Amino acid sequence: MEVNIAIPSDSKETWNGGGVKPFGASYGKMMMWFFIVSDALTFSGFLAAYGLTRFKFIDSWPIADEVFTHFPGLHGVHAPMYYVALMTFILIVSSVTMVLAVDAGHEMKQKKVAWYMFATIIFGIIFVGSQAWEWKNFISGSYGSVKTADGKILQFVKEGHQIALSDFVVNKRTDERVQHTKYNGLWFEKEETISTYSIAQIKEAYQSNSEIQIRSELIDLETKQKVILSREEGLAQLSKTKLVVEGANLEVNEYGNTIFADFFFFITGFHGFHVFSGIIINIIVFFNVIIGTYERRGHYEMVEKVGLYWHFVDLVWVFVFTFFYLV
Amino acid sequence: MAHAHESSKKRIWIVLIMLTLITTVEVALGIVKPPYLHLTSILGTSPLNWIFIILTLVKAYYITWAFMHMEGEKKWLRRSVVWTAVFLICYLVTLLLIEGGYLYSTLAPLVKW
Repeated sequence: MEVNIAIPSDSKETWNGGGVKPFGASYGKMMMWFFIVSDALTFSGFLAAYGLTRFKFIDSWPIADEVFTHFPGLHGVHAPMYYVALMTFILIVSSVTMVLAVDAGHEMKQKKVAWYMFATIIFGIIFVGSQAWEWKNFISGSYGSVKTADGKILQFVKEGHQIALSDFVVNKRTDERVQHTKYNGLWFEKEETISTYSIAQIKEAYQSNSEIQIRSELIDLETKQKVILSREEGLAQLSKTKLVVEGANLEVNEYGNTIFADFFFFITGFHGFHVFSGIIINIIVFFNVIIGTYERRGHYEMVEKVGLYWHFVDLVWVFVFTFFYLV
Repeated sequence: MAHAHESSKKRIWIVLIMLTLITTVEVALGIVKPPYLHLTSILGTSPLNWIFIILTLVKAYYITWAFMHMEGEKKWLRRSVVWTAVFLICYLVTLLLIEGGYLYSTLAPLVKW
């Protein structure tokens, strides 16, 4: 019988609980598991809050495959989800190389562990890079929309498909409004980036082109599509415009509810930060493998522990992927 | 730590194939969105959403059991981690989703479209 109490030992044993192995796992590994439990609860708190908010705005929440439609190299092609699917696959592959590193560690094959760790780091970097690209697209936006005085986002469609402002508004901004910078105005004041087109110009373009319709945020529960307004209704809504929105920030976004973008930034950002710290820890362990720290120690348990964390990051992404992009 | 790692490589590849297949199925369904799965409702949401959630849980199972090697841990370590997380997450999600539904039913009638 093992007894699960701390045994006084010399200082070298401090970090592994005096050699005591509760649950048959080393102290460090067990604590990694418990850290993962608490971190999983943090993430589920975020995702549950996302769920609450989505239920609260269930009749107007943005539809994910209308928001995330980009794929590298394919400009203007409607490619919903392919890119996140690819990202998911990259992260799964990095999990596989990680588990292969752990496996090689059991067999005490230093070189193999190093190579698999290296591959894991590379895939991790590719993933974070992809996420940065996803953010860039989300922030710069692809269509543009307008926001009414009562806080609703109006998007423009032609033959049922969303079109960009630049697709139907001709010419450059006509009211000769220029961006206020410290060079042409008051040096101590800043102005938010002004939109490409003025409100009046968009309204005029809408009126002169009868093919353009306006899509509201409201979802038709029968078809699960956003409601497209008639020309007259659209004009009535458009007259209430107070802001032209291009892209997304924490205050306003062209996709719909402000809080949708907030959750996007917060949840994927928090996950991306986990991936980033995972990469840093992986790099530290990678160098330790190379200089033979674990070879001298006699076991590669550190690779196993960092592996647990890395798989956890993958695990979280699986849920983020489902609840942000699929459901 | 030395338990059964003769066969683990084969298992790793099988799990990779499983995870890839499941993700492919999810994405395919998400793009096609068959109307009979997407526009019908069962137990509060569409069958399509239930398929996504179940497939996600299957993926989570594979990652935890095979990659994180939970299957090789002692029974009570496994339980102290899995039961705690599953219970607390179910509890939190249930309460928050009920609250979200209530907020909708209270606030939605006040929004004029």
